[in-house]
Amino acid sequence: MLFGTGEPFLPMSEFLAMGGYAAFVWPSYGVAALIMVGLLAATLKSLRSGEATLRALEGSRPARRRRDRAPASASASAVNAPAVSEVREG
Amino acid sequence: MHRFANPARFQRLATAILPWSAGATVVLLVVGLYFSLFASPPDYQQGDTVRIMYIHVPAAWMSLFVYTNMAIAAACGLVWKHPLADLFAKAAAPVGAGFTAICLITGSLWGAPMWGTWWVWDARLTSVLILFFLYLGYMALVNAFDDPQRGMRAGNVLLLVGIVNVPIIKFSVEWWNTLHQPASVMRMDGPTVAAPMLVPLLIMAVAFTLYFVTVVLLRLRAEIVQRRIQTMRLTQAAE
Amino acid sequence: MTRFLRLVGRDLRLALRQGSDASIAVMFFVLCVVLFPFGVGPEPNILARIAAGVIWVAALLASLLSLERLFQTDYEDGSLELLALSPVPLEAVVLAKTLAHWLVTGLPLIVAAPILAVLLNMDTAGFGTLVLTLAIGTPLLSLIGGIGAALTLGARRGGVLLSLLILPLYIPVLIFGAGAIDASLHGLTPRPHLLLLAGLLAAALPLAPWAGAAALRQAVE
Repeated sequence: MLFGTGEPFLPMSEFLAMGGYAAFVWPSYGVAALIMVGLLAATLKSLRSGEATLRALEGSRPARRRRDRAPASASASAVNAPAVSEVREG
Repeated sequence: MHRFANPARFQRLATAILPWSAGATVVLLVVGLYFSLFASPPDYQQGDTVRIMYIHVPAAWMSLFVYTNMAIAAACGLVWKHPLADLFAKAAAPVGAGFTAICLITGSLWGAPMWGTWWVWDARLTSVLILFFLYLGYMALVNAFDDPQRGMRAGNVLLLVGIVNVPIIKFSVEWWNTLHQPASVMRMDGPTVAAPMLVPLLIMAVAFTLYFVTVVLLRLRAEIVQRRIQTMRLTQAAE
Repeated sequence: MTRFLRLVGRDLRLALRQGSDASIAVMFFVLCVVLFPFGVGPEPNILARIAAGVIWVAALLASLLSLERLFQTDYEDGSLELLALSPVPLEAVVLAKTLAHWLVTGLPLIVAAPILAVLLNMDTAGFGTLVLTLAIGTPLLSLIGGIGAALTLGARRGGVLLSLLILPLYIPVLIFGAGAIDASLHGLTPRPHLLLLAGLLAAALPLAPWAGAAALRQAVE
C-alpha cells in the first residue's frame, strides 16, 4: 500500500536500483537537494548574523529618539520580525 | 534612509507570507517526491531515468522564470527607483543561478545514460549554459562596487540588456545547432509526457516556485538588515 | 552632428597620440591566431577547417582588450561629467566613443584578417565573406562592448568583469559571423547569415548607446 494502489510491493533494494540507473537518478536528486538546502542554509545564516550585528549596534548606540524601544530590541527575546521591522525614519 | 518606510511594510507582509510559503514548499516537495519516485511509472523507452525529468524540467522552467522576474524588477527599479525592486533582483539572482546549475547538472546526468555522453552541444543545453553565465555575470557585477546602490543600478541595466539578448541567443544557438548537429544521435523530444508523468512534474514545478518565494523573502530580509547595518554604521561614524 | 563628429575626432586624436591601442589590438589578434597551429598541429586541412572560427574568436578577444578604457580615462579626469552636462545627449556621446573605438581597434582587424586567413590555409572562396562579416560584426562588438564598459565603470577588477559580462552576449555575433564564412566555404550562400548579422547591427545601433548611456548616468550620478 505504501507504494500506491494496485502496484505490487517493491523491495527496497529494487527501488534503490532504479532499474539499473541508480548512478544517474540518485545523484540528480542529491545535487538538487544539496543546492537547494545549501542556498536556504546560507540565506538563513546571513540573516541570523545580520540580525545579531544589528541588535549589537542598536544596543551599543546611545538611544535618543527611541529610548522607549531600546531595551526591547536589545534583549535576546526579540529575535524575529518585530525587531527587524522597526522603522528608523529621518 | 528616507525610503525605509516601504521596506517596513514589506517586512510585515513577509512575516505574514513566510510561514505559509515555507509550509507549502515542504508539503509539496514531499508529495512531489513521492509521486516522482514511487507513484509514477518508468518510461517505456527511458526506464527509470525519466525520474530525473521531474527535477530537470522544473529547474529549467525556474531558471527562465527567475530571470524574467529579475528583469521585470530591474525595469521597475530603473523607472520608479523602487528600492525593493533593486533588492529583489539581487536577492533572486543566486536562487536563479542555483536552479540553472541544477538544470545543467541533472541534464548532464540524464544525457549520460540516454545519449551515451555527459554533454552534447545541443541547442537547449547550450542556451541554458549561456543563461548560467548571464546569472554569474550579474552577480559579479552587483558585488563589484563599493557602493551597493551603484552595483544594483548597474545590475539592473545589465538585466535589461540580458533579457533582450536571451531570445536572440536562444534563436542563434538553435540555428547554429541545426546547421552543425548531425541529426541522428539522439531523440531530443524526450519522453512523451503522459498524464501520470504530468502530475509529479507540475507538483514539483509548483514546489520549486514556492521554494523560490520563500528563499527570496528570506534573502530580501537579510538584504534589508544589511542596509540598516550600513546606515547605522554611517550615522555612528558621523556622530 | 558637428558636435558628434568633433567628439569622434577628439577620441581618435587621443587614441592616436597614445598610439598603442590600435597596434596592440592587431598584434594580439595576430598572435592569438598564430598560436592555434601550435596547439592543433600544422596540418593544412585541419587549419583550413577551423580557420573561420579561430579568426572570429580571436577578433572577439582582441576587441575586448581596449574596451576597459573606453570611458575610464574620461571618468577619472572628470570630463565625462562635463560631457553628461553638455547639450549633446549622452547617447550620442556613447555612440561617438564607440565609433572611435571601432575605428581604432575594429578597422585594423578587418585589414589583418585576410593575411591570417592565408596563414591558416583558408580557401580563397571565403575571403570576401570573411572581410564582409568582420565589417558588419566588429561594429557590433564595439557597440555591445560599450555597454559593458559603461556598466563596469568604477568597479573593482573592471577589466575581468567586463569580459565576463560581455563574452556571453557576443555569442550570437560569433555564430553568425563564423557561420557565414563556413557557408561560403561549403559553396552555400552566406546571405541569411549576413542578413541576420546586419539585422543585429541595425538593432544594436540605437539600443546599445541607449543602454550604455543609462549605465553611464548611474556612474556619473
